[in-house]
Amino acid sequence: MSHPVVSTGPTTRQHAVRRGVPERLRALLLLSPALLVVGVFFVGGVVQAVLQSLGRQPFLGENDWSFDAYRATLADPAFRASLILTLRVVVVSTGLATVLGVAVALLVRRHARGPLTTLLQSTLAVPHLVGALCIGLLLSPSGFLSRLGAGVGAVDGQQDFPVLTNDAFGWGIIAEYTWKEAPFIAVVALASLTPHVRDLEGAARVLGAGRWRRFTSVTLPLIAPPVAAASVLVASFAAASYEVPRLLGQSFPATLPVVALQRYQDTDLLVRPQAMAVATIIAVSSLVLVAAYLSLVSRLSRRSL
Amino acid sequence: MRETLRDRSRARGLSRIRPPGGLRTSATVVVLATAVLLPLVPLLVWSVAGTWRYPDVVPGRVTRRGLDLVLDGEVVSATATSLLIALTVAALACAIGLSAGRAIGLHRFRGRRLVQFLLLAPVIVPGLAVTLGIQVFFVRYGLADTVLGVVLVQLMPTVPYAATLLGAAYANLDVDYERQARTLGSGPLRTFLTVTVPLLRPALVTTALLTFLISWSEYILTLLIGGGQVTTLPLLLFAAIGSSDRTAAAALGLLVVLPPVVIVVLVAGRLRGRDDAWMGLARG
Repeated sequence: MSHPVVSTGPTTRQHAVRRGVPERLRALLLLSPALLVVGVFFVGGVVQAVLQSLGRQPFLGENDWSFDAYRATLADPAFRASLILTLRVVVVSTGLATVLGVAVALLVRRHARGPLTTLLQSTLAVPHLVGALCIGLLLSPSGFLSRLGAGVGAVDGQQDFPVLTNDAFGWGIIAEYTWKEAPFIAVVALASLTPHVRDLEGAARVLGAGRWRRFTSVTLPLIAPPVAAASVLVASFAAASYEVPRLLGQSFPATLPVVALQRYQDTDLLVRPQAMAVATIIAVSSLVLVAAYLSLVSRLSRRSL
Repeated sequence: MRETLRDRSRARGLSRIRPPGGLRTSATVVVLATAVLLPLVPLLVWSVAGTWRYPDVVPGRVTRRGLDLVLDGEVVSATATSLLIALTVAALACAIGLSAGRAIGLHRFRGRRLVQFLLLAPVIVPGLAVTLGIQVFFVRYGLADTVLGVVLVQLMPTVPYAATLLGAAYANLDVDYERQARTLGSGPLRTFLTVTVPLLRPALVTTALLTFLISWSEYILTLLIGGGQVTTLPLLLFAAIGSSDRTAAAALGLLVVLPPVVIVVLVAGRLRGRDDAWMGLARG
């Protein structure tokens, strides 16, 4: 808890620097360039996508308000296939990345923490576009893994190797997301495994808790909030990213972002509201995830007080 | 070293004692390092592979074609475009972020949660869904297919990120230093340049590097607004991946991946444990 007598919050400190201009106005002025960027490009983008999905046609100048684009989109079996694929990719890759990331963090936290952290961090820096290339070169039928398999006699030619890229299930996409995001989860989990956690684990051990008990009732609850927040970030990214499913997935069914761009680039302008409907669905579900992330983070900071 | 320890314990007749923890640790390290680095191996090998027929595990012939390609005019000019855009975006994001960060870190105001939400959402929500709706307006105002348009649209993922990172730095800033400078007669600009900026320098350097990195890696926003006319390295790389020339794709991939890895190794020590900084990297 803070000490009421000593504490000089930001408000009083700031008033001491300059009187006159009301603090709220100053804050607004300072924030205005950033809010302009976010307002025009982000909020403007979401609002425009919603309006255009409902029939606004900025090019033609005449508006034709209706829910037709949504009706057509939701009735389209191709859209349903995309939705199922997208959900599958999001759930499986987020789940794998979280479990693997936490496992890695727990494995390396005592030993070799330094060098392995650097290793994990350096893969974080790999752009997803390059990641997609790497996974393609690794997992395609003529890829590196298939060659290694053939070398030891486990794989009998390219046809014998399981189809892992541009496949119907989405394994290639899942592999890329898992490879890129598990280190992210691991870095977050490692950061939350503070000496304090270790002290509590030690206390639990003294009180007679076994290894599994210590893990489930001490370690896991302590690292869960930041790890959950990071998982929400991963899920949101996996749901709305374009390059990876475009390069490692099939063109039909494709994930929702790929479908959105396909419909946007359709020569038939009447399909465009449907592109906007798909874009709206992606943006709104991502924003729900952002809100979930924020509430997790605020719960986390309240707990640490 | 570990082998010697083991041999020694055996020599003393202690062979039933389990090998020291070091052995299991190093096994873990080897397995992890392999899993993390394995996908990068074919990238490295393909970039120098002249011919690499299917079942072979190593290429038949090594070539320097990849290197030549990277030094080719088209790639050099795409590198220059990428650098120009990324440097401009990083500079603008830092400037705007310094201003917004001050409000976030030092001021209390109503609507803080809304601002927090607005500054987080563009970092997390990838740009495609958001940019489709405003692409029309970039066309209308003559910003489509221009470097300026691409710079502007890339401010969307970078500015909120910079504001968040610099807001955290401002929150730790001791404003007494500024007050002292003002008391001693220094004007607002001079105080900012000679007191505030030097105090925020570490965070500013990190922010500049990470926003540079986001811009450098960006593909879809550049494609949508640049319309294929503004050719950055990720656009060339995407085209190369689509072609059947794996050597070219791998060489370009290496060119794209090297600066980010160098940057992250540089800033890694500074970032340890601050997840708001990693957030931007996760979307790369």
